[in-house]
Amino acid sequence: MADVHAHHAPGEHYLNSPKGLKSWLLTVDHKRIGVMYLWSVLAAFFLGGIMALLVRIELLSPKQTIMTAEAYNQVFTLHGAIMVFLFIIPSVPAALGNFVLPLMLGAKDVAFPRLNLVSLYLYWVGAAMALTTIFFGGIDTGWTFYTPYSTSTGGAVGLVALAVFVAGFSSIFTGVNFIATIHKLRAPGQGWFQLPLFVWSMYATALIQVMATPVLGITVLLLFMERLFHVGIFDPALGGDPVLFQHFFWFYSHPAVYIMIVPGFAIISEIIPVFSKKTIFGYRAIAFSSIAIAIVGFLVWGHHMFISGQSTLAGAIFSFLTFLVAIPSAVKVFNWLATMYRGSIDLKAPMLYAISFLMLFSIGGLTGIYLGALAVDIHLHDTYFIVAHFHYVMMGGTVIAFLGGLHYWWPKMFGRMYNERLAQIGCALVFIGFNVTFFTQFLLGTRGMPRRYYNYLPQFQELHQISTVGSWILGAGLFLTAAYLLATFRKPMDAEMNPWGGKTLEWEAQSPPITQNFDFDPVLKHGPYDYRPERPKLDEPVHHG
Amino acid sequence: MNQSITADHRTDKHGEVHSEHDPRLQHHFATFEQQLDASKIGMWLFLATEVLLFGGLFVGFALQQASHPEAFLAAHHHLDKSLGALNTVVLLFSSFTMVMAVHSAATNKQKALIRYLLITLACAGIFLVVKAFEYHHKWEEGLLPGKFYSHKGDTVKDQFIFFSFYFMMTGLHGIHVIGGMIAITWTLLKARKGTFDSTYYTPVDLVGLYWHLVDLIWIYLFPLLYLIT
Amino acid sequence: MALDTTAAAHPEVHDHEPHVHGGPKLYGAILGALLVLTVITVGASMIDWGGGMANVIIAMLIATLKASLVALFFMHLRWDKPMTGIIFCSTLFFLGLFLIGCYTDQVARPWPEPANLKPPVAKPGAPGSGPTMPGTTAPVGTSPASSAPVTPPAPAAH
Repeated sequence: MADVHAHHAPGEHYLNSPKGLKSWLLTVDHKRIGVMYLWSVLAAFFLGGIMALLVRIELLSPKQTIMTAEAYNQVFTLHGAIMVFLFIIPSVPAALGNFVLPLMLGAKDVAFPRLNLVSLYLYWVGAAMALTTIFFGGIDTGWTFYTPYSTSTGGAVGLVALAVFVAGFSSIFTGVNFIATIHKLRAPGQGWFQLPLFVWSMYATALIQVMATPVLGITVLLLFMERLFHVGIFDPALGGDPVLFQHFFWFYSHPAVYIMIVPGFAIISEIIPVFSKKTIFGYRAIAFSSIAIAIVGFLVWGHHMFISGQSTLAGAIFSFLTFLVAIPSAVKVFNWLATMYRGSIDLKAPMLYAISFLMLFSIGGLTGIYLGALAVDIHLHDTYFIVAHFHYVMMGGTVIAFLGGLHYWWPKMFGRMYNERLAQIGCALVFIGFNVTFFTQFLLGTRGMPRRYYNYLPQFQELHQISTVGSWILGAGLFLTAAYLLATFRKPMDAEMNPWGGKTLEWEAQSPPITQNFDFDPVLKHGPYDYRPERPKLDEPVHHG
Repeated sequence: MNQSITADHRTDKHGEVHSEHDPRLQHHFATFEQQLDASKIGMWLFLATEVLLFGGLFVGFALQQASHPEAFLAAHHHLDKSLGALNTVVLLFSSFTMVMAVHSAATNKQKALIRYLLITLACAGIFLVVKAFEYHHKWEEGLLPGKFYSHKGDTVKDQFIFFSFYFMMTGLHGIHVIGGMIAITWTLLKARKGTFDSTYYTPVDLVGLYWHLVDLIWIYLFPLLYLIT
Repeated sequence: MALDTTAAAHPEVHDHEPHVHGGPKLYGAILGALLVLTVITVGASMIDWGGGMANVIIAMLIATLKASLVALFFMHLRWDKPMTGIIFCSTLFFLGLFLIGCYTDQVARPWPEPANLKPPVAKPGAPGSGPTMPGTTAPVGTSPASSAPVTPPAPAAH
């Protein structure tokens, strides 16, 4: 290992030293790993996004528009699988979390840097395996792989199952790393209640990653075994139980949605105090609510199965518990609003995204409550209402938060500042496009349009067309965002160390940081959201405003 | 944290100076103790994932047994209880020798460390040999998983489901035994070079934890598969 | 540059010997207890403890006792900092949740046989598929002819 205590030359930072492709591919620097993850998940987002645009174009008219029904099934399956497994789940933890977490703790790296690199490799291998399925017959089961269709259909389901198994371990190892790091590598003076709330949320996420993902692992392994060896667990024709598959699948996949959203909460908890120049309201409430969501999130998986053939008893229990899991999320939203109240709001791009999050996540979360009511879900399940709900929380929630975090930490990661005016336009396009696309889908759902349907009744066409146009506005906003962010690489590295006035430790590192993160030993001097006005020194004139 | 970090040395809370040139201490940790604590947390978290992975198989087994009780009861008579018990004893003994290996490393007894690691390795080998005998017997009888089940003369149907689980669970366990043997061998090679002592024996500790988990899983597998009534 | 990782090259790190828990006597005693419990497990399985789930529950209780001994003493949870024990117990908690959730649902719903129920059929000439004896009455599920080692005809190429 390189001697990392050598003092760095001026102008040297983690991006340009050491140089060469090999130094990147064999790095154990959490910042480089985070950046490689970032490009990887953005590539996945792009690919999944193209799939989405294709789906929406196909739905411009009933029956065939641009592809056959079989192709359509494959396209929406790929869209879901890529977005869930290759984009959203790793996005905040592995791309942003890897970069920011050790810096926030004043640490030199995560607890297990080599494991971090293994995690990245596993992601790449899993992604490659998943993408090659396109050439081996594809998959058309939907990203949920329900049996018995998935155990008996042709195509590359077995290969995708193994791909998910591999990628799952990538997620697990990230979780293991973060928990150990947060326990053992905090800065002197940084007790649990001096931690940034980003860290609390990443801890809760890591807990879920460690406890839930293995069950996904065994689920896809069993799916693979059922396809290959007809073992008789999920296929009813063999004496197996298809509802059991759904139990196995959703025991992971429900907590997985909390793996997706809790890191989004993490980012919002960081952005709002900084851009309100105000201490976070209800620090402990927000901290504990993250842990509460992590635990209670394991109790509600059956709400995905209300019409699967699951017993009414189980349905009733899961419905009740689902109402409980909304409470910690609501606690957070109210605390964030209280933080903003009478703050000095600065409407820069990160804050615009954060405010968008509050609106869109609230809609998504509340519609989740409708769906949690057993009697209501009977009618809305497998309609576009569900599609709209989860896009509001996953995209209106996590992706919006991810974009906010990306803008917030961009100057720290790459030493350059993006064009603020373009960022505001991009955010507006994304917000408007998103709502046009997905709010119409709530309406489609309540009027009876089923999900995953290629063909539909003519009465739904108008709303589908509006939704598709919305997807173009959304796409335009995202392309604009990509363009101006990438354009920053043509600018000189002139970002300040702390352009936003943040109080957490990462803002005491250079922009971009040196490989060892800090060339001093960071010690906590104030709380992470300490915006109390500094008392003016006696010999300085007092400035107002 | 109560470690103070000065420019060139790290002093732990016992006032010991650990020269940072000891390559066994990774650069982002301040002391061996911090490194060991973090490593243990990491390994236990990994073990948690293994428990949940196998746990899924146990849950599937339990539920399929609940819905096919006669089939499972009938099928398990084909298993040899004494071989299963023998394997249990072998693994328990290997857990003992493994923890003695860790103890030897912690008390700086290099020869004992190597001896105990070798015995653990041997026990693992015995386990696999016994399993190979059992699998061979199943093969002869056609008591194979899923679509390979070809045993004739069953009066109770669906016994293939039991054997699907038998092979999946013992097979996955066996793969973990092999993985454990590889890890123990690696540890053995490092131990022979004198890498471990009372200051640093973390890898031995971690491999030991993994090995005990392999034993733990078998402690549950044995009664569930072999001793159903 | 090869780095000398042997302990002998770093005498300065030997000054402090941390207190080592456990030891041959304790570990030997635990091993003894585990072996005794194994005997008890086998013995208990031969007794009928009553209907339904009683035997399974007793077997699982004994297994849990054995597992606790391994976890507490061999895996050092007895002497470790609390975090590792918390991790272990949390794992069991989540696994228990999964089992209880699935089981509660399964017992509360009917179990109809599908119309297309068709167990897998092995190829002819597969292992164990010696000359079929139609109408064999054997004890429940077991076939005495097949419990002795059978030399099957060479199986078809697999």
